[in-house]
Amino acid sequence: MAHEHKLAIFRGAVKFKSNVSKIWGVFAFLSIVTIVEVALGIIRPEFLIDTRFLALKLLNWIFIILTIVKAYYITWDFMHMRDETSGLRRAVIWTSIFLIAYLVVLVLIEGDYIFEVYKSGFIKFDF
Amino acid sequence: MEATVVKTGTEGKTWGGGNQPLKASYGKMMMWFFIVSDALTFSGFLASYGFSRFKFVDAWPIADEVFTHFPFLHGVEAPMYYVAFMTFILIFSSVTMVLAVDAGHKMKQNKVILYLFLTIIGGLIFLGSQAWEWATFIKGDYGAIETKGGQIIQFLDKEGERVAIRDFAAINDGDRIPQTRENGLWFAEDTEYLPTVSFEQVKAGFLANDNLLVRLQHKDEHGHHIILSREESIAKVVNDGQLVVEGANLRHNEYGHPLFANFFFFITGFHGFHVATGVLINIIIFFNVILGTYERRNNYEMVEKVGLYWHFVDLVWVFVFTFFYLV
Repeated sequence: MAHEHKLAIFRGAVKFKSNVSKIWGVFAFLSIVTIVEVALGIIRPEFLIDTRFLALKLLNWIFIILTIVKAYYITWDFMHMRDETSGLRRAVIWTSIFLIAYLVVLVLIEGDYIFEVYKSGFIKFDF
Repeated sequence: MEATVVKTGTEGKTWGGGNQPLKASYGKMMMWFFIVSDALTFSGFLASYGFSRFKFVDAWPIADEVFTHFPFLHGVEAPMYYVAFMTFILIFSSVTMVLAVDAGHKMKQNKVILYLFLTIIGGLIFLGSQAWEWATFIKGDYGAIETKGGQIIQFLDKEGERVAIRDFAAINDGDRIPQTRENGLWFAEDTEYLPTVSFEQVKAGFLANDNLLVRLQHKDEHGHHIILSREESIAKVVNDGQLVVEGANLRHNEYGHPLFANFFFFITGFHGFHVATGVLINIIIFFNVILGTYERRNNYEMVEKVGLYWHFVDLVWVFVFTFFYLV
């Protein structure tokens, strides 16, 4: 990659003139996302807490999606993944995404199962 | 040497060797693969946190109830603001780092020095903030009672406000006599964990004060903690109470399940360790830049590789922030 950067973000919707202005633009975007997260975390709107999707509160889905959005822009623009070859990008991203998603799904299902055991069983708190 | 070189006749072809299909230097590629393995380590920790949380999903402490302090603002409920500040510090130090990398590409030594310096300062501020966060968490604020079953019960007044145990515990009912080897059982040591008030004092103070109620860790279907009536509260404290807990450590946690404290210490500690090593590596690189090492080498790729690590630390914090403080 070295000296050339791809300067468009949001699938080409925003195009910056230089790499430095792109960095500041991404920083502004990350800040806005963080402020939204913190505001939601403080207000905790009732309907987002009471509504559930796939056993998780809607609010938590919003947090997780915003986190992944932030992770995307940190990796793509701060770590210059946007400028790397597709081979390196896939080796890093696909490997991690697959392994992490696999682990998280298995482990959370197991945790939920043990919760049910506690709830309907005799064991009170510790194991 | 030349005499031993054998031409294979495949030069310039895909498998002829000497190709760099990923167009990245060895060092940078290895930094990426180290980051992958480190990301898997952190996701293992966070996944096990999720596992334990799902196990105790109806009694897990919410960060909004735990981290409510802000430096120099005593007695002000300020959930989230301090971690939000920490997050901004880390994101901003990521920005100065990527600016340093950019200045390195343009071979501007002085700008690299300035931006690396700002990055190091940001990292140090973050570490200091985390130390403060830990200290506040370890110290605790209201105190609680741990039951024989290992659950935490907290105290409220009739208006639903939290009451600190030291405010109602009956302090003056005799001094505590430490267990020593000389008097008593020779093999019994004095207890390691010694809160400022004893369980008997808290119990006496609780029974004497009709205004106090007990709040359980378990939540009703709306996510609010269950609050017992006065009679149930007395029964709970007298029958089940066992131990006073103040603050959090690896065995007891006044905010809820001890696993919450364990994971908090372990994951933010491991992340803080990464920040600390990141700051250390940044300092080494900083001096190399000042000495002109990369100027002589004629490229600043080392700044870029260290930058990758630093951004990764920021990336991990984004996830830690979400799963410890938001979700």
